[in-house]
Amino acid sequence: MVTEVTETLAAPVRGQAAGPPEERAWRALCSVMDPELPVLSVVDLGIVRYVRFAGGCLRVGITPTYSGCPATEVIQRSVREALAREELGEVTVETVLSPPWTSEWLSEEGRRKLQAFGIAAPTARASCNVTCPRCCSHDVERVSEFGSTPCKAHYRCSDCLEPFDVFKCI
Amino acid sequence: MSSPSAEARFRYILRLADTSLILGQRLGEWVGHAPALEEDLGLANIALDLIGQARLLLAYAGEIEGRGRDEDALAFLRDAPEFRNVSLAEQPNCDFGQTIVRQALLDAWQLGLYEALVGSADARLGEIAAKAVKETRYHLRFSAGWLVRLGDGTAESHARVAQGLEALWRFTDELLAPDALDEEMAAAGIAPSPDALRLRWEERIGAVLEEAKLERPAASPYPWHGKRGVHTEHLGHMLGEMQHLPRTFPDAAW
Repeated sequence: MVTEVTETLAAPVRGQAAGPPEERAWRALCSVMDPELPVLSVVDLGIVRYVRFAGGCLRVGITPTYSGCPATEVIQRSVREALAREELGEVTVETVLSPPWTSEWLSEEGRRKLQAFGIAAPTARASCNVTCPRCCSHDVERVSEFGSTPCKAHYRCSDCLEPFDVFKCI
Repeated sequence: MSSPSAEARFRYILRLADTSLILGQRLGEWVGHAPALEEDLGLANIALDLIGQARLLLAYAGEIEGRGRDEDALAFLRDAPEFRNVSLAEQPNCDFGQTIVRQALLDAWQLGLYEALVGSADARLGEIAAKAVKETRYHLRFSAGWLVRLGDGTAESHARVAQGLEALWRFTDELLAPDALDEEMAAAGIAPSPDALRLRWEERIGAVLEEAKLERPAASPYPWHGKRGVHTEHLGHMLGEMQHLPRTFPDAAW
């Protein structure tokens, strides 16, 4: 269900010129985890495009990672529940399609968390170099361009021989 | 530049939506049956993207139509003649080789289409396309990669994809030959120019076929009309399965 697309940002601007309700909302969103990648919050993923508070109402813009990502609806529900707990007023979660999500929006902290969790994150922007999350070797081979969720591909390390997931670069 | 009616825009967007939906449903039939686990996951992932694109497009089509039909009503409560997908999308999977041929032909077409739609005069369509274009580029890498591996593989794999190409090539003219609706949308800046679309497709498919050591089959003059609602027999059977549950239990919920 797509709601009206409003203003969009090149990257999420957190807390900038934001009053306390927005700050509280951002803090609450940092505890909403992706159900498929439980170490990453929706803020780490870069899918929260804006938080706006006006007239006692909170509007949050969320962009889907992939058009068909089955986690999108669960995430929207979790966002609504987390913000309702803050009692900041009426909460509206809006779907933002443009600009489309890119793996470059993954935060630096998110990249570190992923690597520690055993999922390789694209290290340098645009270059998409893959490093084995276990032994840090660059000698890796791609098993499949697709993995267990839409956002992951499947690799194997030629040094430590462990298979591992890679966060796809799109 | 005249502005097309809501009814015409509805029909045009249904073509895009239904092609993604039907192709996604077809790919879903491979789940648990693909030759290797990685390919099983790959085809399922592509299916998921396609169905996601279809949802965005169907929801938009329903809003334009303005008769209260949402994405589910459009997907599950229309009969075959009301579907506007291109005929190629509904063709059966047959073997993995033929599935890959169908996928590469359609991925190359959808990629050119979405690339052009990013700049559509219809802003909402442009936003959906901007998202889909990244996914479709990934799909084509998968299908073209497999087409080359199979075409330039063993005698058996080459024969399978050559046979698949022969069987499906006759449906490609429908992708590229514009009808009055395509032309009306192109004139309004909503859809891409049919000539540009053809050129991009020819370039992409030509390069893949060459690398895959496959010969381009002769053009077939038979016109297919899936995008006008005249389908091959395969669509009805597929809808029977796809729509069975929501039609039998209209109020069912998870």
